[in-house]
Amino acid sequence: MIANLRHGAPLGLAVLLFAACAPATRGGSGTGQAPAPAVRTVNDADVEFMSGMIPHHAQAVLIAGWAESHGARRDVLVFCQRIVVGQRDEIGLMQRWLAERGLDVPAADATTHKMKMGDMIHEMIMPGMLNAEQLAELDKSRGSDFDRLLLKAMIGHHLGAIEMVNKLQASAGSGNDDIVYRFSSDVYADQSTEVERMTKILATIPEK
Amino acid sequence: MALHHPQRRFSAALALAAVASISLYASACATSTSSSSAGAAGAPAPALNITMSPVAPSPDPRVGLRAGTTAKVPADTTKRMMATRAAEAEWNMHLVKNVEANGPFLGVTHSDLAFRGNYVIQGNYDGYEIFDISNPRAPKSIKQIVCRGSQSDVSVYGNLIFVSGEATSGRLDCGLGGVPDSVSKDRFRGVRIYDATDIKNPKYIQSVQTCRGSHTHTVVEDPNDKANVYIYISGSSAVRSPTELAGCSDMDPSLDPNSERFKIEIVQVPLANPMAAKVITKAPILAELTRAPQNTARTASDNADRAATMAARGGGAGGRAGAPAGAAAAAGRGGRGAVPNNAGPVQCHDITVYPAVGLAGGACGGYGLLLDISDVKNPKRVFAAADSNMSFWHSATFTNDGSKMLFSDEWGGGSAPRCRSTDHYEWGSDALFTVDGKKSLTFKSYYKMPAAQTNLENCVAHNGSLVPIPGRDIMVQSWYQGGVSIFDWTDPSHPKEIAYQDRGPIDGAVQGNGGTWSVYWYNGYMYSSEIARGLDVFELQPSAYISQNEIDAAKSVKFDYLNVQGQQKLVWPASFSLSRSYVDQLERSKGYAPEKLASIRADLSAAEKLSGQARKDFLAKMATGLHTDARGSSDAPKAHTLASSVGDLAKL
Repeated sequence: MIANLRHGAPLGLAVLLFAACAPATRGGSGTGQAPAPAVRTVNDADVEFMSGMIPHHAQAVLIAGWAESHGARRDVLVFCQRIVVGQRDEIGLMQRWLAERGLDVPAADATTHKMKMGDMIHEMIMPGMLNAEQLAELDKSRGSDFDRLLLKAMIGHHLGAIEMVNKLQASAGSGNDDIVYRFSSDVYADQSTEVERMTKILATIPEK
Repeated sequence: MALHHPQRRFSAALALAAVASISLYASACATSTSSSSAGAAGAPAPALNITMSPVAPSPDPRVGLRAGTTAKVPADTTKRMMATRAAEAEWNMHLVKNVEANGPFLGVTHSDLAFRGNYVIQGNYDGYEIFDISNPRAPKSIKQIVCRGSQSDVSVYGNLIFVSGEATSGRLDCGLGGVPDSVSKDRFRGVRIYDATDIKNPKYIQSVQTCRGSHTHTVVEDPNDKANVYIYISGSSAVRSPTELAGCSDMDPSLDPNSERFKIEIVQVPLANPMAAKVITKAPILAELTRAPQNTARTASDNADRAATMAARGGGAGGRAGAPAGAAAAAGRGGRGAVPNNAGPVQCHDITVYPAVGLAGGACGGYGLLLDISDVKNPKRVFAAADSNMSFWHSATFTNDGSKMLFSDEWGGGSAPRCRSTDHYEWGSDALFTVDGKKSLTFKSYYKMPAAQTNLENCVAHNGSLVPIPGRDIMVQSWYQGGVSIFDWTDPSHPKEIAYQDRGPIDGAVQGNGGTWSVYWYNGYMYSSEIARGLDVFELQPSAYISQNEIDAAKSVKFDYLNVQGQQKLVWPASFSLSRSYVDQLERSKGYAPEKLASIRADLSAAEKLSGQARKDFLAKMATGLHTDARGSSDAPKAHTLASSVGDLAKL
């Protein structure tokens, strides 16, 4: 099981209520004495992760979606179909999380991450994402050329996601929100498993 | 690409014949309307009720259930959080009680279950709760322990309770405030140990810190070492900094042989002094897993499916869509290309041990492992299965004789809706294998809860246990908001659903998070940990698939305690219900003619009316005759099993 999404109870509301609390270090007794509600503060690193991962996932959905039209081999095609379903669902999860907290929600097909720096908005791509030139090269390829380029690109793309998780989990005060913690752990577990799988498929694709 | 189970096509054709007991109701969830008997001794043995349809209700009543929560909700919440109750559908099983989530655990994810005596222990991301189940129809909460640190996977051994903590927000002092610093001595990730000698007041006695925390854990009993019990730690999160916990390393093992990668941590708990529990070794069960063995049977199955799919496309028929990709892809042929030496999963999600057969199943990233645990402190990998349809190997279950194995695939981690009509049957399902000579695994088929769910319901294969129906392999399993599904996998190539219970979505507007985390059979009832709605208790109802005799025989199996990931051998004491179960099974398999079955049933009833030596003599003679008859049965193994069970009755 992973993300502690919304239940019957208003978890989102609880987050807003306690967002203002300093992360209290009250000593729980572990014996069930009426505790204060859990602190599930959200910090900038959490928000950065949940909004930055949307364009990251969006690009994975985009390029994996090319598998059928670009003549991918059957195992690559099935793998890509699963990425499309999986990451599209996760985009929904991130969008809901952001919306419930009244934060800016990137579009499901966002191509860049918009970072505010003072009054400026910088559009950037996240770790492992393909630039426009690389995207065009992949889009032009067909058959085993596509398989090879796609797998290499997607391995790098996944490693970028793992880098984002590591950055998040190394940030002070992040991961107190159960959804962010569980979702980021899932991205780590799923995508490292998929890197391994892709590496093995790649080894069976003929070199150019 | 529809999620069509073959049986749904049959059921459509035979819809009018469906007369099986099915109730569909929208409110009463806490009522207790018993319909199951306790198998009154001396009552005439009921013949297998052939009027019960072996056809599932159609259309499947699980599709389109109304949303709602059974949790108590404060009055001032948003409209979507109305305290409505979800519609429910059940077939061949019955919800006898729901205990709603409450107090500090309302709105916080409930997780796994463990059992000890008349108590069930339910994990929660913020702690755990203990219920008295002396009366399974009315569980009574006796203690809530608040101690944050998901997932709070729980286990028991003797008077001890073990609780997993993985989240970075977990604190040594059990506080709920989280840990503000990225490196902190206040953080707890690992296994907490409680002394529950007084189960109403467990004492937190030890914290065993581990490098990646503990997502799940498995208590392992070593038959050769009664002074200690062992815990295999599984994780799915990142390794923490060595500055937080000395000795933790996430480096490539070629650079640091003490790296956490490709290993599981093993904790030793001295029973005389559990406070001295510590990590004693890290077993490299995932080392050098660069190449999964080629699975020829699996490849053949892939090819057959592929052909079937092509045919289906041409003919336009539905059926089982989404042909698997070749096993070669997942298995990896090695050969050219840069397969790194350190490829493979670096950690396991869960391990199920079965000490009675000396084996364990490891669900580890992209692999299902078969482990030899005859040396508990030194588990060894003997086989690794890969499967291109399996995304994330989640957990394992052995059949009672250890000859078959089930691995679940928690594709999407349990928070995604993976049971929609558009999701492939093979994805997020169970993969069934035979265990061949304790040395290898052979893929047989997939099983997935067959009712299409909405995109509001997180749904994928999750935790379950065997149901102790004698002579058959029956499993009860959680599918999150896809509900509970009970299926027969005696024939691993043709698993079949035989009972279910499901509720509508927890939230009718957005995808919520609820449903059943785990459902386990324990001493006659099935207990389900409902993520949002608390604790559910179910009982089986007799049907065309499971007779009252089989239910009574299942209820005769008693455990003193149960950690489902530490499988215990099911042993059925001799009883008239047990023998009658085998008679019912011989009726189903047509192993004997109807007249023969009637005469065996009459003999058993006659024997039951006798007492003392007269009964023993009658049964002994009957057993001898049945062994002779068995040679003429078309189901000779079952007929001999029946004869032996009657022989055992004679010895009572």
